[in-house]
Amino acid sequence: MTPAVVIIGATSAIAEQISRLYAEQGAKLFLVGRNEKKLEIISDDLKVRGAACVATIAMDLTDTRLHAKLVEQAVSFLGDITHLYVAHGTLADNEACENNPQLAMTEITLNLNSPVSLLLHFAGRFRTQQYGTIAVISSVAGDRGRQSNYIYGAAKGGLSVFLQGLRNRLYVDNIHVATVKPGFVDTPMTTDFKKGMMWVSAKKAAKLTVYGVDKKRNVIYVPGFWRFIMLIILHIPEFIFKRLKL
Amino acid sequence: MSYHYRSWGLNPQIKQIACVLNGATEQDLAGPHKAQKLLAYGCGSSYGDVCLNDEGVLLDSHRLDHFLNFNPDTGVLRCQSGVTLRAINQQLIKYGWFLPVTPGTQNVTLGGAIANDVHGKNHHLAGSFGCHVLKLGLYRSQEGSIECQPDKNAELFRATISGLGLTGFIQWAEIQLKKISSPYLRTEKMVFTGLQEFDALSNDADKAYEYTVAWIDSVAAAKYRGRGVLFCGEHADSSADRRPSKKRILSIPFNAPTGLLSYPVIKTFNLAYYNMHRLTSSKALTYYEPFFYPLDSLGHWNRLYGKKGLYQYQCVIPAEGGVEVVEELLAICAHYRQGSFLSVLKKFGSIKSPGMLSFPRPGYTLALDFRNLGESTLKLFSALDKVVFANQGALYPAKDARMSREGFRQSFIETERFKNYIDPLFSSNFMRRVII
Repeated sequence: MTPAVVIIGATSAIAEQISRLYAEQGAKLFLVGRNEKKLEIISDDLKVRGAACVATIAMDLTDTRLHAKLVEQAVSFLGDITHLYVAHGTLADNEACENNPQLAMTEITLNLNSPVSLLLHFAGRFRTQQYGTIAVISSVAGDRGRQSNYIYGAAKGGLSVFLQGLRNRLYVDNIHVATVKPGFVDTPMTTDFKKGMMWVSAKKAAKLTVYGVDKKRNVIYVPGFWRFIMLIILHIPEFIFKRLKL
Repeated sequence: MSYHYRSWGLNPQIKQIACVLNGATEQDLAGPHKAQKLLAYGCGSSYGDVCLNDEGVLLDSHRLDHFLNFNPDTGVLRCQSGVTLRAINQQLIKYGWFLPVTPGTQNVTLGGAIANDVHGKNHHLAGSFGCHVLKLGLYRSQEGSIECQPDKNAELFRATISGLGLTGFIQWAEIQLKKISSPYLRTEKMVFTGLQEFDALSNDADKAYEYTVAWIDSVAAAKYRGRGVLFCGEHADSSADRRPSKKRILSIPFNAPTGLLSYPVIKTFNLAYYNMHRLTSSKALTYYEPFFYPLDSLGHWNRLYGKKGLYQYQCVIPAEGGVEVVEELLAICAHYRQGSFLSVLKKFGSIKSPGMLSFPRPGYTLALDFRNLGESTLKLFSALDKVVFANQGALYPAKDARMSREGFRQSFIETERFKNYIDPLFSSNFMRRVII
């Protein structure tokens, strides 16, 4: 069956690489993002790579009033949705957020409120279909709060918990929900970070994500070694953890 | 992933500052580094310093990897300059289209292929890469974005093809692909015992085959000097379709100890390589990747040369009397006891590239890899230079880290004209060393 894929946050580096993998399979793609020009370039690119058809919608994803309509638009373009990828997000400077709570709220709105609203809207559609896969990019940062990025981490942590519940709820409807937790991925979002051995390219991250989704994994660490790193981090007793500079 | 801005030869080793471009618009390019000297950086597959710029900023184009348009009826492809030749092959072979000209590695961006006006095994029939560029979008620091093609901004177009990235930043380009009916090639290899024999074989093969290139045993004893293997190929028809074998066998994880590719090792390898081909069957059906890009299956093979890296010496010698000159060059290498691991010989055809600084010209091109032994390697090159320039030969900038200003001027007669098109905000180490 030809995949019919909705990608939210389609201009993000990982999402773009994911859509390329689907384009090469001849998929139908429905892309949602903020930057119209970038969406247009990506859409042209995906057509050359083999996508059967591509639609793009440029919108502000924090405007939750538009979410219901977005689902309708996606369905009218694709028919049944085989895959939904939710990949939008920002990584604001933690210190800037600490000094400016308003900025922290914006960060949480975009990384938590917006995907929650979208997913609840799309969940309705998936339940009528009685099949399909939902994959959402969360983060290893959501596994445990650390002083260096706990605001972003709080949003992603909230999202991960939400996804656990959603997976539980949609299981009976034959719908798979995957939580994707990337570690360090080399993207425009992380341009200012010093890169080392732990980093992977967006292309690699996308491959691992789609592989995990195809295998119906519930929680996909990208790359897999992060599962062990986070296992250790989660098991450090709090009275020690609070003293660490992480 | 960390970014190491080095050239393929790992030499020279100069600290580089880079800015990863997220888009190719004028704002992206004019943005943060307005006052600095700029240079586009793609895959870093050129060997010397044409891709380095230590007095300014490298504009890393690896994220400008979008296809913009493809017409499956005409084979005209338009894409951003950071698209690699690997990506073009991967995506367009399924439509039955292939690169019109391809160098020996697919780890090259479209921008880099144009800026170095690369050539391939089909030069005798297709010319260089620049012959197949229909249009390009160039960002210039003073004028902004300009569209160039053979009959529009023609001189700037000519300067940009083979312009080593100095005429501005290539934002996108449109190229004419070549129709094929299978990703497989019918290949044949022919062993030859000397350069005269190579010449005869190559002249015949160039008529029969689209692709020809020879490997030479550069360290054979004097009586065997010039022996080697001529590899020929042409695209197979559709009946030849098979499942491609899995590629990328291994990658060299770190720099090898400096002594690994020493003279005896190279000598043994060359002997074994020659005899392997002498003893195996000559005709085959080969997938395009092992035929065109045999070394791509060994990732980071440059690390085999140790941390000091390598030099490549590639020259072209005019056809008339060229065979004797190539023999002389091989004799000089033997005299200096510096072996080349992989030596490649190809006869260029007469199709002229539009590029002002284009390297290919009718004659024999010889490419030699040398471990960087410092002074003694440079001495060898001076000796080779003497012969090359005495015979009106030329050296290839994309492979060079040491040619002289005079050598460059002798190689490229349009240098003075080219200088008029250098963008004042763009520069490279190669430019400072050799051109201006």
